[in-house]
Amino acid sequence: MEIETKNIKQPNLKDRFKTEEYMINMGPQHPATHGVLRLILTIDGEIIKKVEPDLGYIHRSIEKMCERDSYQQIVHLTDRMDYLSSHINNEAVSLAVEKALQLEIPDRVKVIRTIIAELTRIASHTLWWGVFGMDIGALTTYFYGFRDREMINDIFEETCGARLTMNYNKPGGLMFDIHPNFVNRVKDFVAHFKTKLPEYDRLLTGNIIFQKRTKGIGFLTKEDAISFGTTGPVSRGSGVASDIRKIHPYSAYERVDFKQPLYHEGDNLARYKVRIDEMWESLSIIEQLIDNIPEGDYQVPTKAVIKLPKGEYYQRVETARGELGVYINSEGNKNPYRVKFRSPGFSNLSVLNHISVGSKIGDLVAIMATLDLVIPDIDR
Amino acid sequence: MNIALSTNTFANIISYFSENLGWGIWGEITAYSIIGIIYLIFFALAGLYLVLLERKIAAWIQLRIGPNRVGPWGIFQTIADALKLLSKELTGTIKADKLLYNLAPYFPIVAALISLSVFAFSKSLQAFDINIGLFFLTAVSSVGVIGILLGGWASNNKYALIGAMRSGVQIISYELSVGLSLLTMVLLTGSLQLSEIIEVQRTGGWLIVQGHIPAIIAFMIYMIAGTAETNRTPFDLVEAESELGAGYHTEYSGMKFAYFFLAEFINMFIISSIAVTVFFGGWLSPFGITDGIVWLQPLWFFIKVFIIILLMMFFRWTFPRLRIDQILTLEWKYLLPLNLMNIVLMAIIVWLGLDLSSLFN
Repeated sequence: MEIETKNIKQPNLKDRFKTEEYMINMGPQHPATHGVLRLILTIDGEIIKKVEPDLGYIHRSIEKMCERDSYQQIVHLTDRMDYLSSHINNEAVSLAVEKALQLEIPDRVKVIRTIIAELTRIASHTLWWGVFGMDIGALTTYFYGFRDREMINDIFEETCGARLTMNYNKPGGLMFDIHPNFVNRVKDFVAHFKTKLPEYDRLLTGNIIFQKRTKGIGFLTKEDAISFGTTGPVSRGSGVASDIRKIHPYSAYERVDFKQPLYHEGDNLARYKVRIDEMWESLSIIEQLIDNIPEGDYQVPTKAVIKLPKGEYYQRVETARGELGVYINSEGNKNPYRVKFRSPGFSNLSVLNHISVGSKIGDLVAIMATLDLVIPDIDR
Repeated sequence: MNIALSTNTFANIISYFSENLGWGIWGEITAYSIIGIIYLIFFALAGLYLVLLERKIAAWIQLRIGPNRVGPWGIFQTIADALKLLSKELTGTIKADKLLYNLAPYFPIVAALISLSVFAFSKSLQAFDINIGLFFLTAVSSVGVIGILLGGWASNNKYALIGAMRSGVQIISYELSVGLSLLTMVLLTGSLQLSEIIEVQRTGGWLIVQGHIPAIIAFMIYMIAGTAETNRTPFDLVEAESELGAGYHTEYSGMKFAYFFLAEFINMFIISSIAVTVFFGGWLSPFGITDGIVWLQPLWFFIKVFIIILLMMFFRWTFPRLRIDQILTLEWKYLLPLNLMNIVLMAIIVWLGLDLSSLFN
């Protein structure tokens, strides 16, 4: 029902109590930005009027450095972009180079790459889950997430020698074969994590305060999700089927059976649920592959100096945050002429102002957490 | 105001100094100072050990070990922390309002220490037994918020200001619920005096049993509002680390910060002590099992306080934080109307004599 308000004389409160919008800097050093992102907030009391991300605090010109390096060296630079899915970044460059060289990759490599990529995804999502809880005030989740992530890191350490920046891929295959313990430890982890994932739900998902903080907050429509170019769990929370593993299967994703979790609510809770479901799917992918890793070589020999044929090459992969695109423009030399990374974090960050205007400061922190930003990935 | 000091331990100390030693008025002053110092030391230690307890509990909940380096099981950890904070330089901002900035930390700690004086730890261990005990407690404990507001305002820092304003809104709102839920119980006891309230429970059973349904509702509301009063999770958006850095005490360092910090923990002790006195029979033992043994009375009091504090710590380490508008909605739309209805219910029960005190006679 429309209430007639035309004839009622409203006292003009704006004139009586003069309020001013003011500006605060969230970051570059701030606990909620998870890195050196600076947000210039214009706020009116607690209500956000404008969010302006200021980038560049951790820019290391990785793309420019790629033009200087050989193709084997580029792989190592990509570790430092999205450090939580370093294996998948490495894989993207390796796949692009292999595609250009038209190398026939052994099945063993494909399967191992897929298993480790899914482990990386779980590790990234567990860390995200812990940090998300911390951002909305539940500090305990952080330690629960890290407990499980630690097991994955130990597996990586045994096989690759590194826990974060793994450098396990090279154009043509893997650096070394998997550790003899690998299969057993992955199986142990899968069994362990299957009992712990429901614990995540018990601790956080069902909590009434958590539901209040996430349901209907940071609403992103399907149309906006597409037009802002969001990918990964952010777009899948808005109902956009954007999983590269389904659209353009690479490595061993064709031979496994997995679902792409889709939610249509478009709010924080939907994005949260997508990530929880993705962890279940990753577990199922690992289970399907771990028992039948094919025998064979772990790499195919390549020349010491790789020269890509003249042309443009593009490879898309699905990292834990969304679509990572690698564009390589080669002139036939040992270094690329131009390399461009299409990073998921950058496009996901672009919706921040759109979906957080009008909400409270606490909401902004929660929204930022569900976008799952990794700042070095945005700045590169 | 009628101050009854005749039958308790502290009165004996005072009369010992003023009459037995024959020091007259100076004896009284000496005795009062000694009592004051005993209280200060006791509650400084209580505050410090509550911090340690919180850290240990947090660690156990979070799959960690917790402090274990300074002394066995880390029992000297917080004392070492306090000494470190004492030796720290007091930094501040140039643009701060010097007077208010320096004054602010004393409000919470002084308010907390004053309100401690009225609790009855046992029948004879009560420093200050006034007939408006509960009223005095609610009045004094709300002074602490002035310190937080001043601290946030005088720091000249936007984050601190947002934290302080949140705190003002939150504490003023939840004060209503604390007051009304205590008022519900006062209907049953007919007295505001803390010793009287415990006396009522000695004959008629603990108030939470005596008052059955409305008492349980009042206790729940009291615990929610009490957690909000102490600015703890899920109501900790005064500090809200992930949003505001440190909130109102962003610009404080050293001992000034420690005052804010300790006051928070002593406030937790106060909230639990009120709950124990009003709902769980204070120093009374359950079912009167150790009624005759006087020295067990304080022990029972502290065991009950400890259990309530544990409850509040479990809240903190398992719940996420509410948002500012949700906090106000919870108070004004749910707790306050429920509280008012609860008072009416309690009034009817008292009027018709439906309470369960007859069970215990």
